[in-house]
This record gives sequence, C-alpha cells and structure tokens, in this order.
Amino acid sequence: MSDREPLFSSKNLKLLREPLNKSNPITVQVLGICSALAVTVKLKPSVVMAVSVIAVLSVSNVVISVLRKHIPPRIRIIVQLVVIATMVILVDEILKAFAYDVSKQLSVFVGLIITNCIIMGRLEAFALANKPWPSFLDGIGNAAGYGLILIIVAFFREFLGSGTIWGYPVMEKIGIYKLGYTDNGLMILPPMALITVGIIIWIQRGKNRDLIETH
Amino acid sequence: MENLVNIFVKSVFIDNMIFAYFLGMCSYLAVSKTVKTSAGLGIAVIFVIGITVPVNYLIENYVLKEGALKWISPQLAEVDLSFLSFIMFIAVIASMVQLVEMIIEKFSPALYNSLGIFLPLIAVNCAILGAALFMQEREYSSIAEATSFGLGSGVGWFLAIVGIAAIREKIRYSNVPPPLRGLGITFIITGLMGIAFMSFMGIKL
Repeated sequence: MSDREPLFSSKNLKLLREPLNKSNPITVQVLGICSALAVTVKLKPSVVMAVSVIAVLSVSNVVISVLRKHIPPRIRIIVQLVVIATMVILVDEILKAFAYDVSKQLSVFVGLIITNCIIMGRLEAFALANKPWPSFLDGIGNAAGYGLILIIVAFFREFLGSGTIWGYPVMEKIGIYKLGYTDNGLMILPPMALITVGIIIWIQRGKNRDLIETH
Repeated sequence: MENLVNIFVKSVFIDNMIFAYFLGMCSYLAVSKTVKTSAGLGIAVIFVIGITVPVNYLIENYVLKEGALKWISPQLAEVDLSFLSFIMFIAVIASMVQLVEMIIEKFSPALYNSLGIFLPLIAVNCAILGAALFMQEREYSSIAEATSFGLGSGVGWFLAIVGIAAIREKIRYSNVPPPLRGLGITFIITGLMGIAFMSFMGIKL
C-alpha cells in the first residue's frame, strides 16, 4: 500500500469492479475459456469451479506479488507454475475430501486450473508489477468476473437443457411438460456452451459500443 | 496395431480436444487470425504433445502411481505419490517446451524463426496438460497406446485451428453485426463446427 492510501480507495475498488463488466476476463480479455465451457452443464459444478478459481487466483496473485522482486525474470514462468500448481493441489485435495461428487464431475478440469490462462495472464500482467493488496483485489475481481460468466452460462444450460435449477425440477413443478414442452437436449451438448458465450458477448458489446472490434 | 490406429482416429475425430473438451481454447481463439500462423502453432502443438504424453506416461507408471516405485526396492511398494501428478506433469511440459525450443533452434533455424513466439506459449496451452491428465484418467495399457493418443490429440487440435483460421479469413468479407465481430462470431462458428464434429460420435472402429 502506498503510504496512506485507504484500503478501499476508488482506484482499488475499480480493480474489483472492472473485470465484472468492461474488462471481463472471458468476454473481453479472452482468458480462461477452456475450463469455462466444459464445466457449465450444471449450476453446481460451475459454482464450485468459480469458487476454486477465486481461491487459487487471489492467493497466487498475492504470493507472486510478494515475491516479485526476488524472482529472476528468466525462470519466472516456472516459478509461477509451481506456485499455481501448489495451490491447485490444495484445492483438489480439499474438494476430494469435502465434495467428492462434484470433484468427480469436474474430473480433469480442477487440474486444468493450472493452465487456466486467467491465472497466468493476471500473474504476468498484474501481480508482477503491483503490491500485494491491489493484486489480491485484482485476483478476486477477475476470478469473480470469470465466475459470473460461468454461472450465467450454467444457469441457461441447466434450465433449458434439463429443466432444473440447482438440481430442483422447476419445469416439472410448473407442470409445463403436460402442455407438450420438452427439454432442449442440444443445450447439454458441449457446442451450445460456445454459442451461449457468443450470445453473451453479442449482448455485452451491443450495450458497450466501445468494445466492438473492427475485425 | 489395429488398436493403435483405433485410438489415434478416435482422439482425432471423436474426442477432439477442441470440439469435445474445449482444451487449448485460449490460443485457439487468439492465434487463429491467419491460416499460416495457426498451421505453425498447430505443428508445434503436435510436436510437444507427442513428446510429453509418453514422457508423462512413464513418470506416471514408474514414479507416481501407487506401487509404481516397486522397481527400486520392494519396500517402496506402498508409496503413493499421485497427489504430485499436477506439479510433475506441468514441470515436464515446461521443461520439454524449453528443450524442444533449444533443439529446434539448433537444428532448424528456419522452423525456429517461423514458430518463434509460439513455442513458449505452448507451456500454458491447456490441451497439453489436458492430454496428460486424460492419459492418466483413461489408464492406457502401454506406452505405444499413450503415444498414439497424444499424437492423435495433437492432430485433432491442428485440424481445428487450421479450419477456424480458414473460416475467419473468409468471414472478413461478410457483413457480420458489429457487436458480434471478432470474438463473438468466432465462438459461434466454433460451436457450429463442434456440432458438425459430433456426427463422428458413436462411430466404432
């Protein structure tokens, strides 16, 4: 912290808020797409994934930021990977101990948090050049922006694809099946995750005209 | 032999890294603007994945798995190091990428120049670590099977990135709604390509 700057100064709050919208890691920075798409069939694994990424990203951002003056630039990628991998192993073991079903559903994707570009990207772009507290906020903000998209996509995929929300059979309770409604099986298939994210990008850029790419 | 071809074709088409598992999406989206660069990256990925999967297979089976250390001494038969697999795999991948970079630089400067910046990027390509983790999960019975799975995944990734790059080159001339330009339309096209690739599902070789 620079001298007397308050913990939640406007600059720091911006770090927390921006990634939720204008610099969203998934839709704008194009980071961390791989895992985002694969775990979003159901709401529950997506929330677990979002929480794991928040934990890993905020902690490893702080660690790298503390070490930033001692890491030789030539081997920084390996150092970063080791820090991330250690955190991911911890998260994986905790999930296996306390939420075994979800950990089975996520299968290799917990391990893939290591190569989730969000984490490497934020470490490179932010933590290596900033102090621990802003890095912590940046980590929380970016991981939350990632989690937000994950949860939106998972909500629509679960709701339209299997007619449930968080495992609760909403569609059945409304009694809409009797009217001849059937679940859209296509939503469960992997390609629909991509198309859903594409539509989210469309809506976001439609509202936020300065994000539009020329090509 | 038949089995190996089987695994290869299955990992190219049915279990395609991009369309079935979305692995390696970040570089897939970022580098797919022209066919030439994406072909370069694709070849580098085939190369690295084809080397790291068998190496990780050896590490998994002779070091990490429960009882894998028996070949050193019978006392170690109960040691289970599998919780270290993430860190070992990523270390192997990072060092392999470094090694491959040095070898290519030494023996084929022309290829090195054309791949240039993509080589170090591969260390954090999820497809590579993903292939190692799938190899661990599916428990292939021999190193040849693991190798053909690795090569197949690499070739599948190559096909996908070259395909999307070709489409993106053409789509530049189309009238896409402005908010959808660039990233948005690429997502949707990838989704449609994924649906097309799903027609391979259920094929038994």
